This record gives sequence, C-alpha cells and structure tokens, in this order.
Amino acid sequence: MLEINNLHCELEDDTEVKILKGLSLTVKPGEVHAIMGPNGSGKSTLSYVLSGRDGYEVTEGSATLEGEDLLDMEPEERAAAGLFLAFQYPVEIPGVGNMTFLRTAVNAQRKARGEEELSAGEFLKIIRAKAKELQIEPEMLKRPVNVGFSGGEKKRNEILQMAMLEPKMCILDETDSGLDVDAMKLVSDGVNALRASDRAFLVITHYQRLLNHIKPDVVHIMSEGRIIKSGGPELALEVEENGYGDLLAEANA
Amino acid sequence: MAALDETQLREGVDRETVETVQSMAGTYKHGWETEIEMEFAPKGLNEDIVRLISEKNNEPEWLLEWRLAAYRRWLTMESPDWAMLDIPMIDYQEQYYYAKPKSMVEKPKSLDEVDPKLLETYAKLGIPLKEQAILAGVEGAGEERKVAVDAVFDSVSVGTTFKKELAAAGVIFCSISEAVQDHPELVKKYLGTVVPQNDNYFAALNSAVFSDGSFVYIPKGVRCPMELSTYFRINAENTGQFERTLIVAEKGSYVSYLEGCTAPKRDENQLHAAVVEIVVLEDAEVKYSTVQNWFPGDENGKGGIYNFVTKRADCREDRAKCMWTQVETGSAITWKYPSCILRGDDSQGEFYSIAIANNWQQADTGTKMVHLGRNTRSRIVSKGISAGHAQNTYRGLVSMHPKAKDSRNYTQCDSLLIGDQCGAHTVPYIEVRNASSRVEHEATTSKVDDDQLFYCRQRGMDEEEAVALVVNGFCKEVLQELPMEFAMEAQALVAISLEGSVG
Repeated sequence: MLEINNLHCELEDDTEVKILKGLSLTVKPGEVHAIMGPNGSGKSTLSYVLSGRDGYEVTEGSATLEGEDLLDMEPEERAAAGLFLAFQYPVEIPGVGNMTFLRTAVNAQRKARGEEELSAGEFLKIIRAKAKELQIEPEMLKRPVNVGFSGGEKKRNEILQMAMLEPKMCILDETDSGLDVDAMKLVSDGVNALRASDRAFLVITHYQRLLNHIKPDVVHIMSEGRIIKSGGPELALEVEENGYGDLLAEANA
Repeated sequence: MAALDETQLREGVDRETVETVQSMAGTYKHGWETEIEMEFAPKGLNEDIVRLISEKNNEPEWLLEWRLAAYRRWLTMESPDWAMLDIPMIDYQEQYYYAKPKSMVEKPKSLDEVDPKLLETYAKLGIPLKEQAILAGVEGAGEERKVAVDAVFDSVSVGTTFKKELAAAGVIFCSISEAVQDHPELVKKYLGTVVPQNDNYFAALNSAVFSDGSFVYIPKGVRCPMELSTYFRINAENTGQFERTLIVAEKGSYVSYLEGCTAPKRDENQLHAAVVEIVVLEDAEVKYSTVQNWFPGDENGKGGIYNFVTKRADCREDRAKCMWTQVETGSAITWKYPSCILRGDDSQGEFYSIAIANNWQQADTGTKMVHLGRNTRSRIVSKGISAGHAQNTYRGLVSMHPKAKDSRNYTQCDSLLIGDQCGAHTVPYIEVRNASSRVEHEATTSKVDDDQLFYCRQRGMDEEEAVALVVNGFCKEVLQELPMEFAMEAQALVAISLEGSVG
C-alpha cells in the first residue's frame, strides 16, 4: 500500500533545518501501523510531506501509494489516489456548510477518478447514515466547517470525512489530542468500523491509550527524523511504562 | 505568467495562490461580439444630440426640457475625484449617445420576430429570455418561480414577458420609453425626485441622454406576483450606456427586482452611467438585487467597462423598506453607492454587497444611509475581495439627522485579500446629530489562508475549487440575501472570476 524509502526532507524556507533523515516504512493493505515518538521527532512533518503540504522540500528518497509516486502529485491528486489525512488541527472555513464542503470534496475526487458525481439526494442519504454512526447531529452537518466545533466534534468530523471519502490509506495525525475518554472511544469506534482488508492506517500518536482502542499491527518509534525501532503492540506498552529514554539511548548506542 | 518573476512573494504567501490569482485573467467567458447592424446617432454630445434622443423616443416637450436642463447643468459640473480611483480622461465627444440594433427599428411584435442572433447572444450568456427557459433549472419550494424579463440590448428593450399576468395584478413593468408614452403622468410625477438632475456629474449626464431603461409601478397593496428581472448588456463599440430605471412602490406593496449583466470583450473602454430611482411609500418594501459581470479589462488592465452608477431609494413614508443586494465582479472601474434615504418614521434600509476586484480592476463602492425619520434602521454588510493588482474600497456614509431620534445603524465591512499586490480600503463616514441614535461599525481584513486551501485540497478539491469555496464562504452572509436563482448564478460567478490555470 504505502512504501516510504529513505525519505529526507528539510524546510523550504530554511534548508538548514532537516526534519526527516532517511525514514523508511512499509504499510501493507489491511494493516494498522502506529508511529510514536517524542515531540519534534518529525511525526507530523511526515504526514504533511506525504499529503503534499507546502513548505517542505524532499531532498532524497521516495514515497509511493500502490506503486504510484506520491511526491510527484498535487495534494488533490494524492487525495483522489486514496490518501487521507485526519488533521491534528482541523481547519475552520467560515460560511461554508459542512455538508457543502464534503459534497464538493467527494464529487471532486469522483470526478478526478472518472466516476459519476453523486446527486444531492444520494449524497444526503449516505452522509446521514454515516453521521448517525458517529453520533454526529444533523445540525452539525449544516454548521460551517469546524467553526465553533468542540475539540471532540472536530475530530469526529474528520472521521466522518474519512468515512465519506473512503480512502485507501488513512493517516491520523494525533487524532487523540484534546479528546476526553468518551470522545476517544467514539472516534476509535469510527476508525475501527473502517478497517478493511483493502485499507491501511498510519496512526500518529503521543500516547499509548489510543492504541488500546485502535489495535495496531506494528508500532514504530520515531526519533530525529527516522524510525529507530519497530515492533508489535507491546512496544507501545513499553513506552507507556518507561518513556522514550531507554529506547533513544539504545538507538544512539 | 511573466509578471510572476517580478512578483515579490511575501512570507506566508503561497506561490501557487499568487499564480492562481495572476492567471485569473483571460477567463472572461462572455467576451465576443454579436454582429448586428447598428443605427447610430452621430458621435459626440451637444443639445442637438439630446434633442435627437428625445425625438427618437417620441417624447413630450416637458421631458425634452428636462433633459436639456440636465445637459446645461452637466456642462457646468466636474467629474468627481474624491473616490479612490484612477480614472483616465474620458473624451465625452468620442462617445455615441444613442445606438440600437438596426433590426429593432421596427419593433418586433413578439419574441419570434426578434433577431435570432440576439436570442443566440442571450443563450450564450445563459440568459433565459423565453419563458420556458426562465423557468428551467430553478430549484424552488415545489412551485416554479416566475421571473419576468425585460431584456435590454444596448439601448432598446427587445422582449417583455409575463406582461399579462403582471397586468392582471395591476403591475406596470415596461421600458421607460414605453412608460413615457403610456403612463406619462406617473413618469412626470416621480422622475428625478430621488436622484435630481444635478445630483452629481454622472447623474446629470444620464438625465440628459438616457436612452432607455425600466419602469416599474406596483399599485397600492399589491404583492408583485413574480420577481422582475432585467438584463443589461453593452454591445456596440464606443456606445455609452445610460439606463434609467424608475421603480415606484405604492402603499403596502412589495416587489423584488433583479438586475444582471454581462458584456462582450473589447479593447475600447466603455462608459456606463446609469441611474436607478426607487420610491417606496408607506409600508411598502422593495428588494433590488444586482449581479454585475461586465468585462473588467484584461490581465494588463486594458479595456473594460467604466461603471459610474447612481442608485438611490427614497423610503418616503412611514415603515417603508428598501434592501439593496449587489454582487459586483466586473467593470474596470466601479463607482457606485446604492443608497437609502430613510425619510419616513420607522423606515428601514439594508445594503448587502460583494465586490470582487482582480487584475487591475478598481472598485470604490459602498452605500449611504441617510436617517431623517424617527426610529429608522439601517444595516450594511459589505464583503470586499481583492486579488491581483486590484484596489477595492468600501466607502459608506451613515448620517443620523437631528430628527432621526432613536435610530440605529449596524455596519460590517469585511475585506479579503488574495496575493500581496492588491489593496483593500475602508472609508466610513459617520455623522450623528442626535443623542439617542446608535451607530455600530465593525471592520475586518483577512487573507485567504494557505491552511484552508491545503485542507480543501487534501480532501480532493483543486486549487480553483478551493479558492472559490473559501471565497463563497466569506460572502455567504450576502449571497443568502439574494433570491434563490440569483444566488446560484452569483455563486457560479464568484467561481468564474477566480478561475485560472494553476501552476
């Protein structure tokens, strides 16, 4: 599904700042991978570079989605190819109804893939059903995108978008940040419902607790722009117990 | 795209955003010319031309005298220079003041007799002249909404629809030249009572040479059974356009009037100086909505329409209400301040505006709310969008006169900047001459945010769609005030004016 090989990147505005320093990662269809790591290790940058946000310059390495070169595509082309990023800080768009936004997005992707656009009626039917599963009130669908949403509402809205867009590769960037226990359960249930043999997840998180709800197949520890250790779910528990200190020391030894 | 190399990219400004904006030019979709034979009056302006226009319209003596008085007054006046506009010298002797399609000299009896080329022109613009087309594609609450169209092609009205149904309600909706013939007493009673001949330079010019326009009369207590709509279009080279619109809403009546326009592309600058007068009597309500899409000039600032318009409503009696809604995306220069005189007690004025200026467009637009009566209310919501090298100014007057006790105004001016070469300016004039009135003014300036664009693009929209979506969101409060069918059109127009090849 997702193949990242020896990826290096730096800030466009300050080429002295190297963020990713030879990151490699392979995620197979149906798998859930978690990336953990201390602040500043480059976790969020990885999600931005993969999704094509401006401001980063890839200097070396490659990233492909189902064999297609991601780094060569515009952000919207990556989206249409099946890449989805659940934002750590979902962006507010005043005046644009949540439903309008999603319908525009869904149809833009369908158009890009040469599929027929959804009619207003079809779209409405689907979104109502999916919103219900995520306990999103119909009223929230009418409100402007993320404006005045609580932290939990914003994150649930991200998962709703993910459910509507049905991507192949989902990246969750600290989706658990700012969530209380109940909201985390809702969001996790939403993600788990989307798990499928032809879909993969990359879950970026600080804390192990999210991984109690979304069970990963592989856990990676990231530090200073590289994966320093990979393992099973037990690796996350180890971090929970001992912190990153030992792992970092081990890596530097 | 050559200009991009010279463009200094400011920190935080996405290069592609700037490129998008720069490539907005050349996307004007309605830029072609219809070949129709024209019958022109000679170039230039003098008393003989004024007489000729009056004679061609078969006008009564009083109207000729009225025009001549306006012309003489105009000669003594000077073009206003207080607006934040750079207006090139206009040679008024190089303009035509009267032109109409030759095939229209014999007035057609029905739409079937209308020059097919003319209908083709409207079809290309998507203007639904024929009744079935008018009704097509309109989403309504089950029942189809009817829109009557009095289409103006250059200077002469060519088709008026739904006349019968309007007549049954007692509504008069016709060209002003017809009104002069058929309802001279009404025209004489109200013409120039809201915008006097000498009101300003361009109004005086219009009063002298106006060739045609629309006339609407809603009798006492009548709710106009349909939206009234006029499409203006400038099509003859160097033809000045001087429309004159007069709307009279008698006691307790209601009308919603829609005005929309597009124009073909050309190199010569074209002058447009329209006057709209609205008289609103006791308990009456008038909604006047405009979507304006005249050729704004090319990406180098060449060509485009000069739009100098005087629009004013007189809420003459108690509880009269007028609402202006405008979407201004076209014209090289816009000088336009639709205003309300709140004369009657408890009368209300509203102004909702979207002004988009890009490339080298200049817009100086806003409103005047003049509170004369007690307990009068006004509300102003202005959304200005600047892109390219454009300058966009909101200029508004809120005046509370001594007798306008307990009156209120609320003004909200929001500016949105796209790129780093454009400007947004807000110039509010506030005069309060009594102690019990309240005036509120809020203003914001923001930029199209790169984070918003990236968020949209990550969800699959291309950059154009993303910009259109964000800008439409910014304009929402105004768009929602437009009648449904117009709102859809306006939304599409916002997208079209922000279109361009990315990268």
